[in-house]
Amino acid sequence: MNPIRLTGRAAIGLTRMTGQVTIFAARGLARVGQHPAELARQVVQIGWLSLPVVGLTALFTGAALALQIHSGGERFQAGDVVPAIVAIGMARELGPVLGGLMVAARVASAIAAELGTMRVTEQIDALVTLSTDPVGWLVSPRLWAALLCVPMLVGVGDVIGIMGGWLIGVNALGFNSAIYLSNSWAYLESWDVVSGLLKGAVFGLIVALSGCWFGMTAAGGAAGVGRATTNAVVAASVGILAANFALTGLFF
Amino acid sequence: MLAVRGLSKAYGAKRVLDGVDLDLAEGESLVVIGGSGTGKSVLLRCILGLETPDAGQVLWRGEPLAGQQAAFMDGFGMLFQNAALFDSLPVWRNVAFRLLRTMPKTQARRIAIDKLARVGLGPEVADLYPAELSGGMRKRAGLARAIAADPKVIFFDEPTTGLDPIRAAAINALIRGIVDETGATAITITHDMSSVRSIADRVALLDCGRLRWQGSVAGLDSAEDDYLRDFVAGRARPMARGPQA
Ligand SMILES: Nc1ncnc2c1ncn2[C@@H]1O[C@H](COP(=O)(O)OP(=O)(O)O)[C@@H](O)[C@H]1O
Ligand SMILES: [Mg+2]
Repeated sequence: MNPIRLTGRAAIGLTRMTGQVTIFAARGLARVGQHPAELARQVVQIGWLSLPVVGLTALFTGAALALQIHSGGERFQAGDVVPAIVAIGMARELGPVLGGLMVAARVASAIAAELGTMRVTEQIDALVTLSTDPVGWLVSPRLWAALLCVPMLVGVGDVIGIMGGWLIGVNALGFNSAIYLSNSWAYLESWDVVSGLLKGAVFGLIVALSGCWFGMTAAGGAAGVGRATTNAVVAASVGILAANFALTGLFF
Repeated sequence: MLAVRGLSKAYGAKRVLDGVDLDLAEGESLVVIGGSGTGKSVLLRCILGLETPDAGQVLWRGEPLAGQQAAFMDGFGMLFQNAALFDSLPVWRNVAFRLLRTMPKTQARRIAIDKLARVGLGPEVADLYPAELSGGMRKRAGLARAIAADPKVIFFDEPTTGLDPIRAAAINALIRGIVDETGATAITITHDMSSVRSIADRVALLDCGRLRWQGSVAGLDSAEDDYLRDFVAGRARPMARGPQA
């Protein structure tokens, strides 16, 4: 087949899929509040149970960041900037991106596997025969739970990351504890934090949407569920990094 | 009441349904028989709109079913071939799924346990999860879910597959009883000739994508069709059959 036709076909396929996913997301978000108990269950699954992994990621990232900035800053006698740079770096970039990626690994895969299994074992068809809209019952609570919880996870991750930097700063780099903390807050602007939380909301939506889309469209038994899970994690991770670039360009 | 006209469905080059016509009167119990993989489950899925047919129409009370799916489903119940119970919910919540939308939890649970008893499952099963049940138990829990809200139209996809003969006979009697008591309209798919004889008002044989034969239970034994006679008698035939053969 000639390359122009191949490219054209790929472009049309991509456009069509983008349209389908957008409509799917809009339907899911529009059916808000139909099943509050399901939403609560998903808040626990997606938000609460992600706290340990997001917290640990932030702790080690903040600590490593402090070490790196200290050794880099020393080269031009600017080792003192550690607290401020750790705080700004965590809030604007590393908190949302690494938190989002960890949630993608944990949640996009779980959603795709669960909904994919439900699809191939006809549980989603059974919902339809029981007069229950699968999008309202399954998709909407997951989209909203992720949209609401990931910013909160990012906020918690920011604080833990700064604390990780502080631990290293005080114990290994010779900072005074009170000065380190006051310097962390002193240079941090509210937009640094808010922009990171907004990124978190977008990343949360990307994660849940990937999981739901690939899960709901899974086909072909156990192998199909495996493919859906892989695709969901890959799409969520790449989506987060691309959206991060776009949002960073937009915000700053 | 339910009319199927020229229903066709292919997967790739494989034509599974090839112009199926079917009429179902209110309160009638139709049993569809046919070899494995002839498209019996696909037929039910196409009627319900779970699968989009390539051609053909499904009419309910004279109007296309697709346009009144929500109203139809409100009075509908289905037993899926593999039960399709919700893994994340205990058995009683599966059975009470539809009831929980309209009544308090205690009442829904009571009805669920009563329906489980009707399919031969004791109250100790109510709080188990589907993964903790045997295949036959799952099937019966799925049956309890299908009949829980006293539907007007019920589809049973192989209700007795995987059950021992005594349980199977009890399930056959239960299905016949439901149709007689509630006046429900039912389509049952089965390979089991004892099911056919105890459930059916009318029998249809699906073969090569079409309904090859239709008639009463009494007509089964006097039918001229040689494939049907072999099917009823359980006689071996050459294996290479079907629309793709
Ligand atoms: N989703 C699908 N994709 C491809 N082929 C399918 C699909 N569903 C069913 N088929 C094919 O349709 C045929 C009929 O399947 P089915 O209706 O499940 O048979 P049965 O009569 O035993 O219920 C089978 O040969 C099966 O391979
Ligand atoms: Mg079948």
